[in-house]
Amino acid sequence: MSVVATLRVEKAGPLALLQDGGRFGVRHLGITQGGPMDWHAAGWANALLGNDPGAAVLEVAIGGLRLVAEAELTLSLCGADLSASVNGQQLRPWQRFTLRAGDRLAFGMPRCGVRAYLGGCGGWRGVPALGSVACVGREGFGGHKGDGLPLDDGDQLQPEVRSQPLPSYSYVPPEYQPDYGQPAALGVIPGGQTAFFDGASLYEAFNAPWQVDTRADRMGIRLLGPELVCHHPGMVSEGLAAGAIQVPPDGQPICLMNDRQTIGGYPRLGTLTPLARARLAQCQTGETVRLRATGIERARHEYFGAQKAIGSFQGQKTCAAGRG
Amino acid sequence: MTPELQNAGIDAWLVRFSDGIDPAVQPWINAFCQDCRTAFGGLLVELVPSYTTVLVQYDPWQLDDTGARRVIERVLDQMVPDSSGGGGRLVEIPVWYDPSVGPELELIAARHGWTPQQVAAAHAASEYQVFALGFVPGFAFMGMLSPELAMPRLATPRKKVPRGSIAIAERQTSAYPQQTPGGWNLIGRTPVVLFDANRTPMTTLEPGDRVRFISISRETFIKLGGDASPVEEVAP
Repeated sequence: MSVVATLRVEKAGPLALLQDGGRFGVRHLGITQGGPMDWHAAGWANALLGNDPGAAVLEVAIGGLRLVAEAELTLSLCGADLSASVNGQQLRPWQRFTLRAGDRLAFGMPRCGVRAYLGGCGGWRGVPALGSVACVGREGFGGHKGDGLPLDDGDQLQPEVRSQPLPSYSYVPPEYQPDYGQPAALGVIPGGQTAFFDGASLYEAFNAPWQVDTRADRMGIRLLGPELVCHHPGMVSEGLAAGAIQVPPDGQPICLMNDRQTIGGYPRLGTLTPLARARLAQCQTGETVRLRATGIERARHEYFGAQKAIGSFQGQKTCAAGRG
Repeated sequence: MTPELQNAGIDAWLVRFSDGIDPAVQPWINAFCQDCRTAFGGLLVELVPSYTTVLVQYDPWQLDDTGARRVIERVLDQMVPDSSGGGGRLVEIPVWYDPSVGPELELIAARHGWTPQQVAAAHAASEYQVFALGFVPGFAFMGMLSPELAMPRLATPRKKVPRGSIAIAERQTSAYPQQTPGGWNLIGRTPVVLFDANRTPMTTLEPGDRVRFISISRETFIKLGGDASPVEEVAP
């Protein structure tokens, strides 16, 4: 058996988590989904290596992570530009690259976007819980050590395989690279308690600028803006889909993300489209976003288009990634 | 009964059975969940029942929203509440009711001039329905409690609620499957392991179950593997 090269964590930074496609079939037991916040960038990180769409990638939030290769490794980097460098040389995202033994890969301050995805051949090794290595701290599931904890100084990361056939392209064609510097217009499919919102609030929801709050994590991202008023007579907790937008009594929406609670009792304005979720995952604190109403058909079409681009590129079926 | 379907994104429908909590809809929800699993088969991704609703998430690559809606409507048309075990199974949860592990037992008692034993007896006297699991894996939202036992959540949540704590919030009751911060009123503790990822089934309770709490002594609690350490009150 050949020894698989490892990547040693020299400095862990604030939050680097192993994430695969997520945990499914367990929501009714109160267990959350997990998985990459930006499924789009994570999908490309896997595609560049010819991995399965749901293979485990490393989600690096904000930066500050420093890794050292202990042998030659082929990796991919997609998503946010976190001022990554190899031995001090700038490394742009959306490409595949090779580290030699002793090379140091470092992430610095976010230049554009929030979350970068580092792919390894065959995906990174993790300890699965309930069929997934998705790392969820509050549940203690998944991750590289199986305790739901993020990377720590001195930890080791191992790709599943030493090498595998790679796609001919070593970078994501520019037309498929999202520009996180552009203002985000997030598609929302109205639904839930939409009809109970005040008319003026509905107008403002889809016309006013919203600011990404500091209260933003893998459970949910709060938006600050005009106070939205909902006249629902009394909510009972309901199952929450990924991207559901809850509006608590303070009138400030919370977009529910991968590690959301499974049920919730605040009125919902609608649901972010899958592409909107991926885009919001890359919005920095204080950034202005807009919500734009859209329909299921269009959202589905856009989602399939994005998934098929990733899938055709890696020459693999996209169906397994269908759980966005 | 004409449940309402609401959109919940490109791959999910929320099926609403009633507007307010109504124990009479539970057998319908149980039947719906069972029939949905059969009707969708491998195309079902998640099925999340909660009080009055069921969230149905399907594989969007295999079914569009109209197709999924058709499957759901067919299930609703054909379902029969009783034949599919609508009543739910009955699960008994042993509880050691004691102020050392349930500090709010005396608070509830004081409201009515009762003894803690009377509060415990009232809690154990009724059968409860599991409406949903959430908050943390295996945490079951159960009701409805008799109005005398209803208590608002604590103004300041505890930083550490011990595993197995039996708790009350408004007219609901639950048992904490793991140590976690929490704002419910504690009245006792169960030695039962409510969640174990390495066990089948992972959770002791599932949505649709009926639950009865059985009062046990401290000795029995310890014999059943319970941890009798008193609730640690840490300043918030």
